[in-house]
Amino acid sequence: MATSLAHWLTRTYLAVILLFLYLPIAVMILMAFNASPLYEFPFEFDLIWFKALLKNEKLMTAGFNSIGIALANTVVATVLGTLGSLGLNRYEFRGRQLLEILLLPPITIPWLIIGTSMLIFFFWTGIGRGLHSILLGHVALSIPYVMIVVGSRLKTHGASLEEAAATLGANPWQAFWRVTLPALSPSIVAAALFAFAVSFDQFVISYFLAPPGTSTLPVEIYTSIRKGFTPEINAISTVIILVSMGLMLLVARQYRFGGER
Amino acid sequence: MSRVDVAEVSKRYGSVKALDRVSLYFLDGEFFGLLGPSGSGKTTLLRAIAGFVEPDEGAISFDGERVESVPVHRRAIGMVFQNYALFPNLDVEGNIAFGLAVRGTSLAERQVRVEEMLRLVRLTGLGARKPRELSGGQQQRVALARALVTRPKVLLLDEPLGALDRRLRQEMQVELKEIQRKSGVTTIFVTHDQEEALTLSDRIAIIDQGRVVQVGAPVDVYERPSTVFAAQFLGDANIFRGQRSADALLLDDGARLTAPGTSSTVIVRPEKMLVFKRGEIPPADLSNLLPGRILQSIYSGASIAYRIATGPRDQIILTFAQNRQGELLHPGSEVTVAWSPAHTVSVAT
Repeated sequence: MATSLAHWLTRTYLAVILLFLYLPIAVMILMAFNASPLYEFPFEFDLIWFKALLKNEKLMTAGFNSIGIALANTVVATVLGTLGSLGLNRYEFRGRQLLEILLLPPITIPWLIIGTSMLIFFFWTGIGRGLHSILLGHVALSIPYVMIVVGSRLKTHGASLEEAAATLGANPWQAFWRVTLPALSPSIVAAALFAFAVSFDQFVISYFLAPPGTSTLPVEIYTSIRKGFTPEINAISTVIILVSMGLMLLVARQYRFGGER
Repeated sequence: MSRVDVAEVSKRYGSVKALDRVSLYFLDGEFFGLLGPSGSGKTTLLRAIAGFVEPDEGAISFDGERVESVPVHRRAIGMVFQNYALFPNLDVEGNIAFGLAVRGTSLAERQVRVEEMLRLVRLTGLGARKPRELSGGQQQRVALARALVTRPKVLLLDEPLGALDRRLRQEMQVELKEIQRKSGVTTIFVTHDQEEALTLSDRIAIIDQGRVVQVGAPVDVYERPSTVFAAQFLGDANIFRGQRSADALLLDDGARLTAPGTSSTVIVRPEKMLVFKRGEIPPADLSNLLPGRILQSIYSGASIAYRIATGPRDQIILTFAQNRQGELLHPGSEVTVAWSPAHTVSVAT
């Protein structure tokens, strides 16, 4: 009796949690396909909001800005972060531990404060505002995530794989390409996803660093909501959700994030 | 297949001397065991031969050629790591072929030699498995095959059987010895397991605090340990200290042990001592006699171990004998412990 009650309780708990997480998203996706702009029932399937989205130049430009910045950020932050992580974990040098500790604050400091300091810094140095400084800001913000994700993997497999490669005659270059990189690849992909998400989701820093007339998707969505909500927002959000979930599933399948089967 | 020479090699880590002027040679085709407690420097020595540790002083040479400045990947060594360090992204074949692939060996030859290795380590048919799909013993054999396929000058094994359970370890000992004999490669292995060292090695070196304590064939080192440390580290030993007079050692309690040598300390292996009930007359050749009282009898079927108190200060000695009489002496029994002077070994303290 007691066990079946506990069983029932845990199941219900899980169901409620999932409901809280996914119900708002489900409603939003549903409304993206509803003809009524005022969320009226009965539900009437229509793609007008997707068509309207294609014609909404501001939202589309902001979307492409966001994707472009997120992609560039993913490449730059993943490469730099992976290299940095290799440096921190495979070489001994003065100040190594200090550097490793200094990685953490950017993650814990509120984005509002980081955004403000970046705005002041970019203004003061003459870098100014624009897509380039948004990218710089995103890269700076993403690198710690990449280094932590890749670093944890580097720590668990230690240096023994590279050492084994060396005893088998691989020079350091061969050891890197044939052993280190493949062994790291699941964590590099995970880190890249993190970097993409950090950039694509980023609102505060983008908002501060975007000059008038330029914006990224989160900033543009925020601006248009303030002006008055349109279901086009539902439409673009639906597109983003489906694409990102699909990507996640693909990667999770490939790299067995759920552990060994 | 090569001779390896280590001459006067020292290595410091801060104030710790990991290696203190170590000199050893390893003969072509020899199976050599480096035995010592953890932190003794045995692994540092192995890693210095591999090239991961650069000696502060001294010379390491393969076939007479100095290798201290040769990087690991050009030393032509094979190494089996304690955790095997198999490449998780490659299957068994890929792992074994790795050393050939980085050398640019042709695909056809690679396949032939990988097949050959799989046969040698009895893993034929498992070439397509990933390392994580193998048992510990199988992983161990893949690591061995991977290290041997490049036909290294020296094979280095770092606690090769340490991660296996007891039964598997004993099986693998036999197999390891067999594979080494077939390949004929000079093999140096590190272990803290004395039984493993005795079973596998042609010669062993006992290492302590960065120094070589004793080198020799297992039978020599076990039967004729040169120091108290060597005697105690390799097996059990009863230690007697007293006053030296010519061919004898006088113990504090007046007992006299016949003991060739000059040292005032001698050791006797427990299995060399026989226990007689008080009143029985030991054979004449067992002329070293000590009276004692049994403290503890440890009966394990085929053998019996006794802990016996002897002398005025109740020095405890340990004896270990095959159960030939089928009779157990109980604690409190008065006995005479007897052994041959030939098994009374003088050692340095």
